[in-house]
Amino acid sequence: MASLRVNVNGEVREVDASDPATPLLWVLRDELGLVGTKFGCGISQCGACTVLLDGNPVKSCSFPVSGVGDSTVTTIEGLAGSAGELNPVQQAWVDLDVAQCGYCQSGQIMAAEALLRSNPDPDDAAIDAAMAGNLCRCGTYVRIREGVKTAAASMKEGRT
Amino acid sequence: MSALNYQGINETVAAVTGEREQIADGLLGIAKLDRRQFIKLTGLVGGGLMLSFTLPRAAAAGGPLKPNGYVRIDADGITLLAKNPEVGQGVKTSLPMIVAEELDAAWDDVTVVQSPIDAATYGMQFAGGSMSIPMNWTPLRQAGATARAMLVGAAAKQLGVPAEELSTRDSHVIHEASGRKLKYTALAADAAEMPVPDAASLTLKSTGDFRLLGKRITGVDNEALVRGEALFGIDVSVPGMKYAVYQKCPAIGGKAKSANLAEIKAMPGVHDAFILDGNDNAMDLLPGVAIIAESTWAAIRAKRALAVEWDETEASKDSWSAAVAEAESLRGEAGERVVDEGDVDAAFESAAERVSGYYTYHFVSHAQLEPQNTTASFADGALEIWSPTQTPDWGMDAVARATGIDKSKITLHQMRCGGGFGRRLYNDFMCEAAAITQRAGVPVKLQWTREDDMAYDLYRAGGFHQLEGSVDAEGKVTGWRDHFITFANDGRPVSGGALGQGVFPNGLVPNVRFEQTALDWKNRCAAWRAPGANVFGFVVQSFLHELAAAAGRDHLEVLLEVFGEPRWLVPDNPGTLNTERAANVVKLAAEKAGWGRDMPDGRALGLAFYFSHMGHIAEVADVSVDTDKKIKVHKVTVAADVGPIVNLSGAENQMQGSVVDGLSTMMGLSVTFENGRVQQSNFDKYPLLRMGATPKVDVHFVDSDFSPTGLGEPALPPLAPAVCNAIYSATGRRIRTLPISEEGYTV
Repeated sequence: MASLRVNVNGEVREVDASDPATPLLWVLRDELGLVGTKFGCGISQCGACTVLLDGNPVKSCSFPVSGVGDSTVTTIEGLAGSAGELNPVQQAWVDLDVAQCGYCQSGQIMAAEALLRSNPDPDDAAIDAAMAGNLCRCGTYVRIREGVKTAAASMKEGRT
Repeated sequence: MSALNYQGINETVAAVTGEREQIADGLLGIAKLDRRQFIKLTGLVGGGLMLSFTLPRAAAAGGPLKPNGYVRIDADGITLLAKNPEVGQGVKTSLPMIVAEELDAAWDDVTVVQSPIDAATYGMQFAGGSMSIPMNWTPLRQAGATARAMLVGAAAKQLGVPAEELSTRDSHVIHEASGRKLKYTALAADAAEMPVPDAASLTLKSTGDFRLLGKRITGVDNEALVRGEALFGIDVSVPGMKYAVYQKCPAIGGKAKSANLAEIKAMPGVHDAFILDGNDNAMDLLPGVAIIAESTWAAIRAKRALAVEWDETEASKDSWSAAVAEAESLRGEAGERVVDEGDVDAAFESAAERVSGYYTYHFVSHAQLEPQNTTASFADGALEIWSPTQTPDWGMDAVARATGIDKSKITLHQMRCGGGFGRRLYNDFMCEAAAITQRAGVPVKLQWTREDDMAYDLYRAGGFHQLEGSVDAEGKVTGWRDHFITFANDGRPVSGGALGQGVFPNGLVPNVRFEQTALDWKNRCAAWRAPGANVFGFVVQSFLHELAAAAGRDHLEVLLEVFGEPRWLVPDNPGTLNTERAANVVKLAAEKAGWGRDMPDGRALGLAFYFSHMGHIAEVADVSVDTDKKIKVHKVTVAADVGPIVNLSGAENQMQGSVVDGLSTMMGLSVTFENGRVQQSNFDKYPLLRMGATPKVDVHFVDSDFSPTGLGEPALPPLAPAVCNAIYSATGRRIRTLPISEEGYTV
């Protein structure tokens, strides 16, 4: 079996590469058991499958595993600290009770994480733009927006 | 498969509730129940047997304290069991909160787990009709109070004091006089040996004594959610599991004659492929081709290479464009009279102003974000299922029908649902997984693609309403006629396909006539969030505004006048509209939104009210419209009277989400059909609202003493008419079609 090595959440994992076009999503879910990354549409429309590739948000349902190369993949399971403590985005989501069904929220959190890594103090327009690729069918956008701001504030506090 | 048969959930629900009529509007029809039935369903007054409550079990000697299915306390902690499916409406948190309140458990001490699916212990377990709170309010309070009484009894014995001297708080029994405190966990073993009190003998708290209810509590699964832990149906994995997909005929009712199975089986990673004939019930198991593979991707890849020859003799030829034309030819005719109060013709003849309007709306899809899936394992004659369903028990009935496996041999594990909105009241996906594992002999996780989900939904039906109305010389609304052209599956009215006594403005306007004509339709239609109300709200609350405008009167004033004197629309029936509660929420929303204030050009406030699922809800939308018909909804003010609030955070979340869902749906969502086939296949053609268009949402709950009712649905119906009424007030353009993108509006 042809195999590939991918760096996921800081660990190098050997995965099946017999079909290099296999979307990263299914490698994460079926092969590595990292089921926090969700399947929603399969065509890069809903963002439920969002992961970070070298810190940038990527729709893993439409990203072939062979494209990962030497980049590092971060999934929702890789956000918490080494002692298991929630990162600021995760903590804001819990504190504000953002989720309803919760299915889209892994992707929302990853998109928010990517935004805050590049723009630690986003305004509404920047938040709307960065989150535009992530659908929430339950309509929790009001709280997602608040969650991003809360996380930004707590990250700022953490830095000073 | 012969002619399509749509038997299933509707009949099952009717059998359970004994109320066939209820099901005509999905699970909505509580408003139609008479008082006796209403009490039976909701337990609003004492004495009746609650459907969802069973008598306490005897406690096991020396074991953990578990006086009923909802509470387990041992030395390690307090566990509360959540009985109903979690679909995003928050019941996995709110139902145990009700138990914890009467138990006087500190919420931080509580661990919540999903209960087993067990009708003997829990009665009806389902997520539908916004019924979880009203049906379980009293039984869950009694469940908590039962455990509390046993803990107090055990403490009285240990301390050697009368139980009357003891109080409870924060998971402790307290003897104020001596300053002694005993932890529930330390008392559990002794409490388990106390007699289980008669639930009816227990005194429940008055609402003023609530310590937990009404507070903001974050969802019990939130930490697991943000860590990406396995919670949903799609996350299930069992030993030896393979991955399955199932291809059905693009036009429902078609049957697979043959397929390139040999070619498919030879593809890499494919384990098996076969044809299933279905069970002649469109709600259970449609005919199709199953593919079983070593991974989801291998299965999806093989499905793309699948070539099936379909027999479409019995298949749907449904056409939306043909239905539009047929409705157009029928709308001027009379339909079957379903409500006829007063004398509409006389009211029209003596009218000062007469108004007519033709309102239409498209079919829509549920589009819950987690595509349908189920994991199933059949071995030694027994079937084990893990499924994200809204109706676990009825799902097992459907599986038994589809597979011939006796229900007693089926175990179902309730999984968290990535959205429901009514779609998962129906369990066709569960039947498919069961039939596939039964045939293949290996455990399978069945996965629908998004394209499957949009093609095989049970849609909210479109509809057409020819309305006529009148106002008299004083500007009072005097007459209202609605000819509703709707759809029927196999002669049965679809969900939301029946105007009834409870539809606005019957009982409020003196002369009302509702008429109906149903067009035959083969594609499956079913309950979609706030069935009936989600479209009737748009039609009737927009048309009322048309009448107010024709009379040259303020919309708020006319709406309050229509409500009239304080009363229940059906005397003493708390399942029906109460005009005082209605007027209160309308006034509150208007006040909070600043109704009547000056607005800039191209910007206006729009008002709407709707009563559904026992919830009285008014909304005011602040909307601006530019010259290119691009709209911006700045803010939506919501006022609701649903009785006491259980979880304030969850309740506000439902209000905010209903506003966004309502806006999303009215702006741009539609499903169309040609030659029986659904024309939209994924989110690129079904544009759910994105974050940038989200308005501010300002939520106000009326502090009322009525028994609490559910919030999953009733805040959705007023949104579309509130926005459309605002657009009219801002521009003078009346919108009579949903989605409004059909008329060139964008957001």
